[in-house]
Amino acid sequence: MNQMLAIDVKDLRKQFKVQKNREGLSGALKDLFKREYNEVTAVKDISFQIPQGEICGYIGENGAGKSTTIKMLTGILVPTSGDIKVNGYVPYKDREKFVNGIGVVFGQRSQLWWDIGVIESFQLLRKVYRVSEQDFRKRLNELVERLQLSDLLNRPVRKLSLGQRMRCELVASLLHNPLILFLDEPTIGLDIVVKTEIRDFLMQMNREQGTTILLTTHDLQDIEALCSRVIMLDDGRIIYDGNLEELKTRWSKGREIQFQFASQTPLAKLQQLTDTLDVTWTLENEVTAKMWLPHAVSVSDALARVVGGADIRDIKIIETNTDDIVRGIYQTGSAATSKETATS
Amino acid sequence: MMSAYIDFVRIRFLMMLAYRVNYYSGIIIYAINIGAYYFLWQAIYGDQETLAGFTVTQMTTYVAVSWMARAFYFNNLDREIANEIRDGSVAVQLIRPYSYLLVKMMQGFGEGLFRMLLFMIPGMIIVCLIFPVTLPTDPTTWLIYLVMLFFSFLINSQINILTGLFAFFVENNEGMMRMKRVMVDLFSGVVVPIAFFPGWLSAVMQWLPFQAITYLPSSVFTGRTPGSEALHVFGVQVLWFAALLVPIWLTWRAARKRLFVQGG
Repeated sequence: MNQMLAIDVKDLRKQFKVQKNREGLSGALKDLFKREYNEVTAVKDISFQIPQGEICGYIGENGAGKSTTIKMLTGILVPTSGDIKVNGYVPYKDREKFVNGIGVVFGQRSQLWWDIGVIESFQLLRKVYRVSEQDFRKRLNELVERLQLSDLLNRPVRKLSLGQRMRCELVASLLHNPLILFLDEPTIGLDIVVKTEIRDFLMQMNREQGTTILLTTHDLQDIEALCSRVIMLDDGRIIYDGNLEELKTRWSKGREIQFQFASQTPLAKLQQLTDTLDVTWTLENEVTAKMWLPHAVSVSDALARVVGGADIRDIKIIETNTDDIVRGIYQTGSAATSKETATS
Repeated sequence: MMSAYIDFVRIRFLMMLAYRVNYYSGIIIYAINIGAYYFLWQAIYGDQETLAGFTVTQMTTYVAVSWMARAFYFNNLDREIANEIRDGSVAVQLIRPYSYLLVKMMQGFGEGLFRMLLFMIPGMIIVCLIFPVTLPTDPTTWLIYLVMLFFSFLINSQINILTGLFAFFVENNEGMMRMKRVMVDLFSGVVVPIAFFPGWLSAVMQWLPFQAITYLPSSVFTGRTPGSEALHVFGVQVLWFAALLVPIWLTWRAARKRLFVQGG
């Protein structure tokens, strides 16, 4: 086995049996005696490897199978077939030993004890993970200082705001100094200040301690800020695995240039200037227009035409942002390209 | 690690203590129940000295002791487990390096300790003042009973855990939990001692774990079962405790395989 791999997944599959509820009274009666089940495959034979120290983003639409994968990687779910090795363990087999080396944060689910104080929750976790009092103090002080929690420690968890709770959840998942951190939508519902704080914190931890991080998110800014690599999932299959820049160039179809002209410039005139090029114009107002050009058209070509024919005051090149790109991929389903990227 | 498990007992105890007012009314409700059964049995006995081997005094004591034992061993572990499975928070329990079911047991014990100190003992004192209950004077009987009571708690909690775990397999196990509650109260002998059951039913009861929860220990405590047989009774309890571990382990293993966390 390769020691440098934090996560090694091969042909992982998870099927669920979902009860079918038949309609009406007769259906309910039939269900009573003979249940019918639908077989749903949430994760379809995926394979990937994550080396130690990497921050990897795991994205996809709702129901694409992200959370199911995370739950298999953390030992909560038992896979239907395939191999998983995380930290050298098969998660669901040696669950109690395995979970000592990982930290998990579920954005939508609290892992602190609702009725007791934050610090009591931490103390309980110290005992659960068998961390020595000395290590615990040291680690807690660092984390509390870094995430500014000192005022919150004595409050009961149920009285914390979402942002405060989330920072406490992070601390809770890190007290035992795990080698791998799994984050399932860690920034969901948080304001931009807390989001930034959490991102900075994760970055620093990865840099200083080499913690491997796998996170699922719907907020692509999390990915842009943190991840050197993204894995994109669609309908249980991996449709992209690589770095974010490549994803952008591969999937973005073009860019947009915004012009501000010195005088009123009609649409017809602009279209005439670029009539041989495959670009589209939209007028924002009398003096502002946007030109959309696909990658096939070179920016200098297009610019030269416009510069030659109109008096330009300002130019702005707008790269398609990641949200648009990803939305595009989700919408098209991208089945055609998925085959080649999945094997690459 | 053991200190973590003990912490679960401690924390549950303190949490129950925070809500202790809820239990003051419980003491009164139990006293009323015991009173109702006391008068009912008085009427049933009429002029008779003994029924099914119980004297009137033994029966009064049996009723009081059984209800007060129930005050201690009763818990809602089935409901807690079912809820955690249904809302998906069992996932969080599985990322901890502990045994989920053992933690549940510990929490149940924390609740049990609370119930014993603030419910059972004061309740028993009140009941002894109102009704003609005669408690044994031999300290060994008390000691044996205390150990048996602990096993009553264990067996009852095991049945609760097993019922709760069924939430993994059916969408709604509410009905099953209610049925279990009635079955435990009836078949454990809280409502009617098993000696009063028709022959075939008490024969069936010999092969079920419920009698080990209330009937057998209470019979020892009230002196109906002679002290020499106490060891035999205790053996039955230990046997059921061990036997029930098997289905729990099997259910848990099967559940882990088909676990499907609600809400993604």
